[in-house]
Amino acid sequence: MSMAGQALRQTPAAVESPSAVGTGGRRPHVTIRGLSKRFDNAVIYDKFNLDIPRGELISVFGPNGCGKSTLINMIAGLMPMDAGEVLFDGMHIGDIKFGYVFQNYREALFPWLRAFDNIAYPLKMMKVPPAERRARTEALVARLGIKLDLNLYPYQMSGGQQQLVSIMRALVVEPEILFLDEPFSALDYEMTLFMREQLQRVFIESGTTMVLVSHDLEEAVYLADRVLLLSRHPARVADFKAVAAARPRSVATLSDPDFVQTKAHCLDVFQREVRRS
Amino acid sequence: MSARRYEALLPMIGVAALFAIWFVATARQWVDPVLLPSPASTFKALWSGMHGPLGFDFVKTVYRTAAATLIAAVIAIPLGILLGSSEKVYRSLEFVIDFFRSTPASAMFPLFLVLFGVGDETKISVAAFGAILVILFNVAYGVMNARKTRLLAAKVMGASRLRVLFDVMLLESMPQTFVGLRNGVSLALVIIVVAEMFIGSQDGLGHSVFEAQQLFDMPRMYAAIFAAGVLGYGLNLMFLLVERRFVHWSGK
Repeated sequence: MSMAGQALRQTPAAVESPSAVGTGGRRPHVTIRGLSKRFDNAVIYDKFNLDIPRGELISVFGPNGCGKSTLINMIAGLMPMDAGEVLFDGMHIGDIKFGYVFQNYREALFPWLRAFDNIAYPLKMMKVPPAERRARTEALVARLGIKLDLNLYPYQMSGGQQQLVSIMRALVVEPEILFLDEPFSALDYEMTLFMREQLQRVFIESGTTMVLVSHDLEEAVYLADRVLLLSRHPARVADFKAVAAARPRSVATLSDPDFVQTKAHCLDVFQREVRRS
Repeated sequence: MSARRYEALLPMIGVAALFAIWFVATARQWVDPVLLPSPASTFKALWSGMHGPLGFDFVKTVYRTAAATLIAAVIAIPLGILLGSSEKVYRSLEFVIDFFRSTPASAMFPLFLVLFGVGDETKISVAAFGAILVILFNVAYGVMNARKTRLLAAKVMGASRLRVLFDVMLLESMPQTFVGLRNGVSLALVIIVVAEMFIGSQDGLGHSVFEAQQLFDMPRMYAAIFAAGVLGYGLNLMFLLVERRFVHWSGK
């Protein structure tokens, strides 16, 4: 998260990209090359390549245990990779600002801090002075239009509210990329629906590149600009399917023929990959 | 509403029943009045004693227990954090800690008498020794059991190792630290009272109980026991209140 990378941003290292599944035409934001990872005897990734386009929300979907979370954890630098390279505009993860939202909000937030101070905490780590921290946090809350009493402690909030606080905490540093690891899977269905809308709003509002791991196909397609469908391990890109539906999407989108067709296609690919074992 | 008020009174029922049985037992002389004086004479002894020598003994015991607990906390909390922040270090010392934690602190009296002589230092240091191990063990476990996700979250946000230690591990260990402090102060009180009885002591609640028994002044002995009970309960309650105030997230 160092700021040192800011200066480099003007002249990103040119990335000679070997053929990778990715973005037609636009310069990719994230380039993954030759990523390899094994756990004991299982090869999870073997020379995996992928380009992630800028400013898009990518859902990662695939069979159980194919390494969805492993992928974003390696991209985000939370887990070492055995081989390969992940570059963000030519820079390494240590040189950029990024946010990460954990599935387990209860354990990811700090219960001894009020919601507001939880959100502002990453700014403290960046040595932003207190007054500016306050101003930037307030600005973020106002911009996202989220109505929450931020004087509460996390344990005084509902699960969804806590996860919203987590998302805001990840966004407060104005990250170049945001990772979300099954952020809604610990919530009940009603709250999940509400949170999808909230995340979509945050995405439209911030335009941040987002990578979301989901185990719910409808959610994965509904939220995504592109769905990354992975095969069983060693994981390959089974498909990198663009979702055309315009934003903001709503409940009506779910029954839109185009959307239904995209979802059916993803399900087909998924089932093909599940059977291939 | 009235049901809730009723529930708040529930703990008083046991107290009332105890006093009722005590009162009837002494009024009817079911028990030899020399062995069990009436509640009235006991509380008279408590009242007059607390304004006289018993009050002085009470303060002495509070001082020794507080000193022992304070010394124990000052030594054990930083050490516990240090041990807990490295699981390897803790594992290598675990047996030693467990062994001395299981050794009755009262067995250490003779050794400490040799080291510190017959005075407050001996009582306080034996009590501190017992409390240190209890607090140390709890703090170290509190730090070691810090939620992995929380540590990772802090790391992702760019917190240095030292930051993680102070901003996350230290606070994560607070609920367990308070468990250690409450157990520690209880143990310190037990050791202090025992020491006051038998180790050439001239004052303190233990001395008061022992002396009253020697003089067969039963109301005074019961009064001193009662004062010791109040002290033990009060110390525990004090730590609970402090915990609820400062470790508000505990158990949530």
